[in-house]
Parts: sequence; structure tokens; C-alpha cells
Amino acid sequence: MPLLSVKDLRTYFHTRNGIYRAVDGVSFSIERGETLGIVGESGSGKSVTCYSIMGLVPQPPGRIESGTAHFDGVDLLHCTPRESRSLRGKRIAMIFQDPMTSLNPYMRISEQLIEPLLIHGSISRRAALDQALSMLDAVGINDAAKRIHYYPHEFSGGMRQRVMIAMALITQPELLIADEPTTALDVTVQAQILELIKRLQKEFNMAVIFITHDLGVVSGLCDRVQVMYGGRIIETASTRSLFYEPRHPYTKALQQSIPSLQQKGTQLFTIPGMPPDLSKPLPGCPFAPRCSSAIQACREKPIELAPCGNGHEQSCSRVQAGEI
Amino acid sequence: MADPILELVDVKTHFAVHQGFLFRRHAGTVKAVDGVSLRVERGEVLGLVGESGCGKSTLARTILQLLPTTAGKVLLAGTSLSDCTARELIAKRRDLQMVFQDPYASLNPRMSVFATLAEPLLTHGVCEPRDVTKVVAELMERVGLASRFMQKYPHEFSGGQRQRIAIARALALHPKVIVADEPVSALDVSIQAQILNLLAQLVKDMGLSLIFIAHDLSVVKHISDRVAVMYLGKIVELGTASDVIDRPQHPYTRALVSAIPTPNPDVERSRQRIVLPGDPPSPINPPSGCTFHPRCPYAVAACRSEVPMLKPYENREVSCLRTGELP
Repeated sequence: MPLLSVKDLRTYFHTRNGIYRAVDGVSFSIERGETLGIVGESGSGKSVTCYSIMGLVPQPPGRIESGTAHFDGVDLLHCTPRESRSLRGKRIAMIFQDPMTSLNPYMRISEQLIEPLLIHGSISRRAALDQALSMLDAVGINDAAKRIHYYPHEFSGGMRQRVMIAMALITQPELLIADEPTTALDVTVQAQILELIKRLQKEFNMAVIFITHDLGVVSGLCDRVQVMYGGRIIETASTRSLFYEPRHPYTKALQQSIPSLQQKGTQLFTIPGMPPDLSKPLPGCPFAPRCSSAIQACREKPIELAPCGNGHEQSCSRVQAGEI
Repeated sequence: MADPILELVDVKTHFAVHQGFLFRRHAGTVKAVDGVSLRVERGEVLGLVGESGCGKSTLARTILQLLPTTAGKVLLAGTSLSDCTARELIAKRRDLQMVFQDPYASLNPRMSVFATLAEPLLTHGVCEPRDVTKVVAELMERVGLASRFMQKYPHEFSGGQRQRIAIARALALHPKVIVADEPVSALDVSIQAQILNLLAQLVKDMGLSLIFIAHDLSVVKHISDRVAVMYLGKIVELGTASDVIDRPQHPYTRALVSAIPTPNPDVERSRQRIVLPGDPPSPINPPSGCTFHPRCPYAVAACRSEVPMLKPYENREVSCLRTGELP
């Protein structure tokens, strides 16, 4: 049984300008100890998917229209607040993109670090502080005994992200959701943080959902990758299979537009047009208006993921029919 | 190598840091740019890379004289910008334009595209008022925007389109040099490719020189002829894009190159990555000697005391005391 299994999740935002279908029928699952990458451009629904699972979608304007998310037998989308409180922050933890704004600037990091321990377990403050200290050591903060009493502004961006990771992992969660944790960081610091997540994942045998727009990050870190576009999953496969044999036209186009994979001085491959406006209904494939091999049927017929061997699934109906 | 279009001679930009409210006292100096010399040839694309806080944006602003130079000279086609009067500088800026990082913040939300693009044309009197509409339309077509959007406002455009407007604004005066400060880092991959192609095309068609600032090495390598790597206000390596990025010499460049994740799982999992310890040091109180020595895996005792200079080595310039000795 998978650790987390999401079925037909739909999260819509009801705004003045219409219904914005941020996540529109997403299903996936993740096993214990596995690393799943979710890749997509901004507005593809990758963050909203995870916010929905964690119950962090502001309601209103957001509304979870349908779907289930079973985590170890509990449906996260339909459980009582009490049940979800006992899971979130203890067995499921999350780290966010911007370490500058996701720590409370008024609280010493020692207080922020031990908060999940005090809430979720019967543990004395002193014991909790000891654990916090060893956690800070584990994420590579030098001189942790002194720095644990600092305020967030006394740390650099990379250090704050380490504190965030320490805070998320202090309860030894079974699932970590990381929403673009390295996007705001420099490449050398990003390399440090990625190594750290890899090492801690092995130590704790956690499952990790890693959200990013950077295909490079995914290639070194994830076991499996799913690509999102227009609020839907359009392709999912093992990392090697996705990189070496992408099937969906969008994944192919995305790969071709990365500068490092192209001959220097040549024109970069570009995807014409812009991502779809999610406030208008998209009956067919969301990528059809930009797709070079789209036909009329692509714009009308609903898409569905279909397996194409080796655990690889993709949603392009023309590829499924063997036409391209 | 006749005369370069833009030349920087030992440019320094320092900021004084004050502490206290009533009795402000001088607490130190941030040496954001500390002795940078560069030449940019006509029609050349020079990439400038470095981590946040290394002074690359300060250097960009200093080139345009948006910040005063503390020492050194910025020469545009042989004339020193640092010695110009404010009035002369306005005229000079026709030849020197900038594209900023955030297209959401660098366009005035209350000005339509037409007003944004017409303003430089009228201010500098480069075209007759009755031709403005025609010139603006041409500019928009040139950067790939339909001219029927002329009366729209920035909020009606996406990030990529706004960056096109910002580029059109920079092109309006037919400048000789454009400084682009992280023009694609706020954009998605597929949109980023469109803007990179546009910039490369414009450089080719209009004979522009471009200073392209970014922290993404793969983007810089793709577009640049030469690349300068900055660390803590100084250039540590300078050479052709393929020399510097494919065969880096300076330990910092090596670490930077090895830190970029490659979108190729087999390569990514098998290669040895140099993970630098710590963060870049504070520019208020930089380390002695070579400023990179506390994080450098190859540092020796001499690196702590001796300040390295840029020296030619294998078709490029490197500032490392141990150049040539490194494995």
C-alpha cells in the first residue's frame, strides 16, 4: 500500500473573474522512502496540489471540489481537524520556497524548532531543546549551541533554509513535501541543501515530494518524476525514462528549451504562446494551443494518462494512438 | 582590437555603512565593486556571473552611472562617464541602456506601452512627434509584440511580454551598449528561451554590445562570447565562454560549474560535485589575502596573506595564486 495516494484531486479558486481551475483531476501515489519530483512552470498547479494535501489552501476563495488523499488509511481531505492536526507537522512535514518569510521573525529559532515537539508529544522543554540542538547539528549549522538562541534575521538565506529543514524533520516525519526549497538560493548553496536533503532522507527513510521548475535538480534527486501542465499531470515516469525517452510533446519541448542541452550559438527551441488561462474551461488537452502536433480532436477530447510500458504514463492522445 | 566600445579601468564602488541614529558613526565600508577592469568590444556579448552579493548588479549600475564610482573610470567609446556633468551624462545615456531583472517592478504600471516607449523618443528628440506612433509600432514588432497592444498597460501582459516591453524601451534610442541585469531569472524555462533568442537576434541585427548578468551559468554560456566570474567585488576569472565554463581554472569557478545541476540523470548521479562549505563572506569585513580562501579546497598559507591579481593563463585571465599548480 502506498504511503500517500491522491485520487482525482480538483482544487478550484472562485474569484471575481471566474472559476480558476488550479488543479483539475490529479491522481498520484508515493511509496515509503521514495522521492517524487513534481515539475512544471509557474501556474501549472504543482504547489496548489501540495497545499491541498496539507490543507493550506485558503478557503474561500479556494475550494476542494473533489478527490481523496489517503495517507496511511486517513483521508486528509475529509478527516476531522483533530485528525489532520495530529498528522501535519508530525508525520507529514513541509518546507517552503522562501526561507526569508516562512520563519517567524519575532521568535528565537529555538522556540520555533521545539514547537512541533511540544505540540505533538509529551516531552519536557529541556529534552526538546536537546533534540533541537542535535537536529541543528545534523543539518550542518556550526556552533549550534550558541546559534540556537538567535533570531531568524541573524542567519543567511542558506542557513535559514537549513533551520526550516531542521524544523520540518525534528518530528521524524514519514513524508516531507518540499516546495521549491532551493529556488531562492545561490547555486553553491543549492548544492549544499540538495546534498543535505538526500543524506537526511536516507537516514530517516522518508518519502519526499520535491516540487521544482528546474529539471536539473530533479535529475539528480528524484526516483520518479511527474510533469504538470495547466493543472493536470501530463506525464509520469521514472527519472531515467522521463529524461531519456520523454513521450509527451510538452515534456520534449521543455527539455529542448533548456540552454545547457543545446549547442552554443544556435537558436534555442521555444514553445510558442503562453500557458493556458485556467479561468476558462479546457475541455481537451491543456497544451493543445501551443503544441506543434495538435489536431482538432486534441482541443475537444478529454485527456487521460495511459501507461506506455515500464511504469511510464503519459496523456497525449496522439502518442497513445501511435500517430507521433 | 581597435577601440573597445566600453572600458572599465579599475572601477571601485564602495558604500559607507553607518550605525546609530542621532550620532551616526562610520561603521565600515562595503566594497561592493573593488577594482574591476574590463573591455567590451563592439558587437560582443559579455556574460557576468556570480552569486548574490558578489557585486554584479552594483557593477551594472556603476557602468550606467546610476551609482557614482568611488574610484576608477568608466569609458564609453573613449570618453569618461565618471567625469561627465549631469547634462552630458543624459546625452551619453542614449548610447547606454539597461534592462532590469524584474519586469513587474521596472515598468510604470500607470503608463501604457505607448507612453513607456514614446517617453525616451520624445525626451531625447530622436524622432518627430508626428512619427512617434510609427516608431513605437516598429519597436514593438521588433521585440515580437503586436503593435495593436500599444494602448495596453503592463498588468495586462505576462512576465515574458513585459520583459519584451522593457527590452523595447532600452532599444528605443538605438544604444550601442545594453546592460541586462538578470533579464531572464524571473521567467519560466520556456519563456526564458524566447527572451534569450530575442536578445541574441537583436545583438546580431543591430550590432549591439551586451553585458549580460545572470547567476545561471548555462544561460550565460549559451548567449555570451566572453564570461567574467565575480566573487566579492572582484573578477576572479575572465575568458571565452567555452574556456571558462567548460574548462574552469579558478577554484571558485570550478565549484560554481560543478554546482549546476544538469538535466541528465546518469551524468548527474555519477559526477563528483565540489560542495563549497559555508556562505559567501560579508563584504563589510572580507577575508584577508584571497577573499575566497576560507571556502577554497586548495588554499595554502600564502592565500591568507597575499592578494592575487588577474594574470593570463591558458587563453584567459585568472586571479589565483596557485594557478597552474591545481590538479
